[in-house]
Amino acid sequence: MEILVCVKRVPDTAENEFELNSAGNDLDRDDLVYSVNEWDNYAVEEAIQIVDNVGGSVTVVTVGDDESEEVLRREMAMGADNGVLLSDEAFEGSDGKGIATILKAEVEKGSYDLILTGAQADEGAAQIGGMLAAMLDVPFASLVNKIEVGGDSVIKVGREIEGGNQEMNEIELPCVLSIQTGINEPRYVGIRGIRKVAKVEIPLKNAADLGIDTAAVGEAGAKVKRVDYFVPDLGEGAEMLEGSTEEIIAQLIERIKSKGGLA
Amino acid sequence: MTQIFAYIPHCAGVYEDIAMEFPQAAKKIDEGASLTAVVTGSGADLDKVADSLTGLYSEVIKIDNEALAYPNSEVIRKALCNVLDPQAIILLPHNTLGMDLAPGLSIKMDSAYAADAVDFEGIEGSSLKIVRQELGGAVSTHVTCDISGGAVITVRAGSFAPVEASQGGSVVDKSGEAGDLSSKRRFLEIVEAEVGDVDITKSDVLVSVGRGIEEEENIEIAQELAEAMGAVVSCSRPIVDAKWLEKSRQVGTSGLTVKPKVYMAMGISGSFQHMGGVKGNPYIVAVNKNAKAPIFQVADVGIVADILEFMPELTDAIKG
Ligand SMILES: Cc1cc2nc3c(=O)[nH]c(=O)nc-3n(C[C@H](O)[C@H](O)[C@H](O)COP(=O)(O)OP(=O)(O)OC[C@H]3O[C@@H](n4cnc5c(N)ncnc54)[C@H](O)[C@@H]3O)c2cc1C
Ligand SMILES: Nc1ncnc2c1ncn2[C@@H]1O[C@H](COP(=O)(O)O)[C@@H](O)[C@H]1O
Repeated sequence: MEILVCVKRVPDTAENEFELNSAGNDLDRDDLVYSVNEWDNYAVEEAIQIVDNVGGSVTVVTVGDDESEEVLRREMAMGADNGVLLSDEAFEGSDGKGIATILKAEVEKGSYDLILTGAQADEGAAQIGGMLAAMLDVPFASLVNKIEVGGDSVIKVGREIEGGNQEMNEIELPCVLSIQTGINEPRYVGIRGIRKVAKVEIPLKNAADLGIDTAAVGEAGAKVKRVDYFVPDLGEGAEMLEGSTEEIIAQLIERIKSKGGLA
Repeated sequence: MTQIFAYIPHCAGVYEDIAMEFPQAAKKIDEGASLTAVVTGSGADLDKVADSLTGLYSEVIKIDNEALAYPNSEVIRKALCNVLDPQAIILLPHNTLGMDLAPGLSIKMDSAYAADAVDFEGIEGSSLKIVRQELGGAVSTHVTCDISGGAVITVRAGSFAPVEASQGGSVVDKSGEAGDLSSKRRFLEIVEAEVGDVDITKSDVLVSVGRGIEEEENIEIAQELAEAMGAVVSCSRPIVDAKWLEKSRQVGTSGLTVKPKVYMAMGISGSFQHMGGVKGNPYIVAVNKNAKAPIFQVADVGIVADILEFMPELTDAIKG
């Protein structure tokens, strides 16, 4: 099975305290720690496991800048066979549709049976997979937490729905699936693994290579544009307890007692 | 005039709560917009939900077809493309059905797509201003959406004030316009989530741990605190993904809904999918080492601390 996995380099929510810049309209990006989108690791792991079982190859692709190459290498250290970086100044400022348009061009250069994305990335949009499938006119399932590969033309997939229940479907190949966390346990990647793929050539493709009309992507083609970042005024927020640990604990116990949480 | 359609999910003849929230969302898009509800399904259940929606919407479009009996988004998408005006704004919930259906719908309708709106700030010219969040709720953003060629927008549940049922609307049957509803994805069955050994929904006090617990061994620290408090340990999703606790301990939209008196969020950032499972207005205690964690916006009391140090001290203090 030929599998393409779409991955994205994102600010790591576990490693950063997000602050606005001094102008108050963008994140302060100076010291941000980036990593591969959490959901994408599960997608790559799933692809590797499928190929281990039935043969084929795994290609990872990202739309990004030079620095995005590092996430491709990381996923190749996990076991992906190939990486492709789609990069062009004209891609900057793309909305979801723009990103999906760029990915579609790359998909059409290959012949993939299965295309995986993460369920969502840093912007919480959960949009690329469904868009890409519709553009390619192939079926789509989101929030996939189980894949059973049987025949050549149809696979079984489980979707996670509300309450943690699982919706089982049959879906024709080729198709696009967005992968939910928990579907597997992504393997650990050590320094050694990264070193092994440090010198592997990663092809870079720009708009011309992909045959993309630059008016349809990037800022120019975007119908949805971010104007600013801000910190919402959500009323009071929590009462913050301060002081020595002892004082804090005494105040906390008193409050929990008054709310019926402690006898 | 702005035309808005609200796609209403339902189950067993009952609409989802967000049906009561779309009217307010539509008003915030455009006070004078014309709003129509859309339901798809089959048979008596569909008739029942369409009828009850006439209490909330002046017009309810129903599309009845055997192929729509189970909400398969590929089939729903085809029906909506054949029935709805692609120049309109189409609202859907940002839930597991909306994420499945809406992005592809926007492509087939050739409309703009915006996901997970939490507020709207009106239309200027052909540009709709939308408020949404990024990075798990750590920051908010304004985005503009060019609606001149129509738009598909998913809305976060609980973001808009619900309206009361009152007006007597009417149902319009558009089943005849649904067109070809064949699909390359076929629904097979629902596998229900496993039931665990403890029922976190029954506990008055929950000590809930998130990724801040850092290591599997540290779960014990939370268990000791819970024991001292007569509470039960629950958790956020990453803890279940890592297999440190069973799925039946997970709080959130893809886990369980809990209604305790006191909810202790220990090293949990406060994503909407997690908080979506915390109901009944409990007293929320948040302990997090990041003073900017979004959980502090929704908690009642907050402490900036390392839970691995704080929890044992709290346990000792409670034990006396
Ligand atoms: C469709 C869908 C459904 C989902 N359903 C659910 C669901 O049902 N339930 C759910 O929980 N999530 C769900 N999620 C995932 C959700 O989006 C978040 O990713 C998740 O809730 C984050 O969990 P967390 O807060 O534990 O981790 P993080 O967001 O990583 O937060 C960890 C927090 O711990 C703090 N911290 C770290 N170390 C320490 C320490 N030593 N002491 C104190 N604080 C510390 C950090 O500052 C941070 O705020 C769902 C996602 C999707 C896409
Ligand atoms: N710039 C990008 N390059 C490649 N894949 C992407 C990109 N942005 C998003 N994706 C894919 O789409 C998934 C969902 O992201 P989103 O729709 O942005 O929430 C991610 O997990 C990736 O698999």
